[in-house]
Amino acid sequence: MTKQDCEHNNYQTKNNTNTRTLRNWTIVWVITMAIAAFAPRFIWDFNTSLTIITLLINLAVGFRMLVANRKYLRGLDEMQQKILFDAMAFTLGVGLVIGLSYELLEDIKLIGFEPEISHLIIVMCLTYLTAIIAGHRKYR
Amino acid sequence: MKNRLKVLRAERDWTQAQLASALEVSRQTINAIEKGKFDPSLPLAFKAARLFNLTIEDIFDDEVETT
Repeated sequence: MTKQDCEHNNYQTKNNTNTRTLRNWTIVWVITMAIAAFAPRFIWDFNTSLTIITLLINLAVGFRMLVANRKYLRGLDEMQQKILFDAMAFTLGVGLVIGLSYELLEDIKLIGFEPEISHLIIVMCLTYLTAIIAGHRKYR
Repeated sequence: MKNRLKVLRAERDWTQAQLASALEVSRQTINAIEKGKFDPSLPLAFKAARLFNLTIEDIFDDEVETT
């Protein structure tokens, strides 16, 4: 099955390439985010020009990461896409419901601290991870 | 949806990985289709039919009785 093995290699190669590209852009985005968050305070003492340039670079890299993510998703087969799309839909719903309720907690004085967006992002990441694992188990 | 993918694959002595490569999907997807846990799209069903030189109805059965 030489021809099919070749096709298999093409399919795997395409997915591996898309995954590597997405991973690389994600790493670069995290690095630029860290620079944008900490460098103004610890390196250039809130120099406005440098801070704006860093922020623009971070946004540009973030956009490139989104493009890489789209390419990655489109490169998956239909079942893998369904698993990820279902996980995204569930995560969006959980993020909306939990996020609004979390915000409400402070308004109605049930918690004494201001809700942080990072808490919501952690919840969404964990939800997405769990939903992907559940999706793979469903079709196993 | 029932299907004869596993039988057809076995007749040709192909592995799930080989069939997956021929249809350009993951091995997990072939496994899920064979077990009836995932229904393939029409383009993928046509692709499978072409690969086995059969019609879609020869491979997939939607289990709906026609009168």
